[in-house]
Amino acid sequence: MTIGIVSYGAYVPRYRIKIEEIARLWGDDAKALKNGLMVYEKSVPDVDEDAATIAVEAARNAMARSGVLPSRIGAVYTGSESHPYAVKPTSTIVAQAIGATPEMTAADFEFACKAGTAALQVCMGLVGSGMIDLGLAIGADVSQGAPGDALEYTAAAGGVACLIGRNESELAAIIEDTYSFTTDTPDFWRREGMPYPEHGGRFTGEPGYFRHVTNGAKGLLEKLGTTPSDYDYGVFHQPNGKFPRKAAKMLGFTKEQIAPGLVVPKIGNTYSGSCLMGIAATLDQAKPGDRIFATAFGSGAGSDAFSIRVTDRIEEIRNRAPTVSELIKNPVYIDYARYARHKGKIRLA
Amino acid sequence: MSSVPRFWRNIGVRYNLEGTRCKECEEYFYPPRNVCVNCRRMGELEPYKFKGTGEIVSYTLIHTAAKGFEDQAPYTLAIIKLDEGPCLTSQVIGDIDKIQIGTRVKSVFRKLGEDGERGMIYYGTKFVPLDP
Repeated sequence: MTIGIVSYGAYVPRYRIKIEEIARLWGDDAKALKNGLMVYEKSVPDVDEDAATIAVEAARNAMARSGVLPSRIGAVYTGSESHPYAVKPTSTIVAQAIGATPEMTAADFEFACKAGTAALQVCMGLVGSGMIDLGLAIGADVSQGAPGDALEYTAAAGGVACLIGRNESELAAIIEDTYSFTTDTPDFWRREGMPYPEHGGRFTGEPGYFRHVTNGAKGLLEKLGTTPSDYDYGVFHQPNGKFPRKAAKMLGFTKEQIAPGLVVPKIGNTYSGSCLMGIAATLDQAKPGDRIFATAFGSGAGSDAFSIRVTDRIEEIRNRAPTVSELIKNPVYIDYARYARHKGKIRLA
Repeated sequence: MSSVPRFWRNIGVRYNLEGTRCKECEEYFYPPRNVCVNCRRMGELEPYKFKGTGEIVSYTLIHTAAKGFEDQAPYTLAIIKLDEGPCLTSQVIGDIDKIQIGTRVKSVFRKLGEDGERGMIYYGTKFVPLDP
């Protein structure tokens, strides 16, 4: 059974805040932060944007690119750590807004930064088993960092939608296989009703990100009998610019392989959209026959690795919707005061 | 803001610009009409989803916002003529300096408002300049 990506679509809000501007407020060393994080600015949602509106825009871009009837979609799953409702699915809003309702199933996913790829794997299963014709998996977030917390320098907004199918003539990329590595690792969490997440500081690195990303990636390479040199591109979850570069090096992927998908320096960490954004940016420029190796990471903690092979159809669909580089050009830079307002950090009476 | 059932009844209209079109005279209606104003009983209406592109006919800048919109002020409220013909009132997002009579716009999906922290969140269509 061949399963793959029929179409994909991304969305990134227009607003950006620079690291210098956040550092100015908290008296931090912007130069040291930029060198350490390898992130220079991050995306900020508009006052009327949230994970649901971002998911809808990404899904509509995926639908525009696919050209398929929305009624063929049998499942819509949205992964996010910032679903606008605690109870009431984001996915029903998305499904209605793309015209996929009512003969379909839907649910929301949460697994820190890898909720989008978890949704993608479920769609692969449902499509592969023949339960549904097409499945729409989305990762979208307006992630939160507490004022003054290290996360505030990278917690960004954006989303990506992937339409998963099994009709080989419709696939823009074939997902050759997937592999996951999951353990109970409390490196990052947000309790019910709390506005901002907590994290384990440096503990998030080795036992969290690196252990899971490298084991997930190695597991898939071993399963397929491939090596990094068999791939044209590599994409690794990008919470900052440093971690994916280091993970790539540890696994044997080159700087050139990861460059097209490394979008974090300009938009920050889009959480559930992060790895999918890297995959989308890579699909934007990959050629038919190219192979992409991708590994998403979610705190808590787990990783999902994917081996993807691009088909001839990519050339046909690519320009039907904006590419990631088109979405992130011409940003509007805002200061911390406006950022605080956009993010609801200023509470009106 | 409107009540939950009142909003729910219009979800298709608000999310996806769903209106109607008369097969007889080919006039488009938004919000949807059940009877064609031109053809009356001779008309035949069918559902129609608007493309979402159009231009600004007129606009105003709201500084003193109504309850529930305080966090969005100042914002632009415009009359937009859709390419298929009908006009509607909507917010136009973006830099006020880029918004003029005749500016080409396209529809986007945004939060329209919410009933406080505990109430429902209302989503729907707003517009942005085609060339921001």
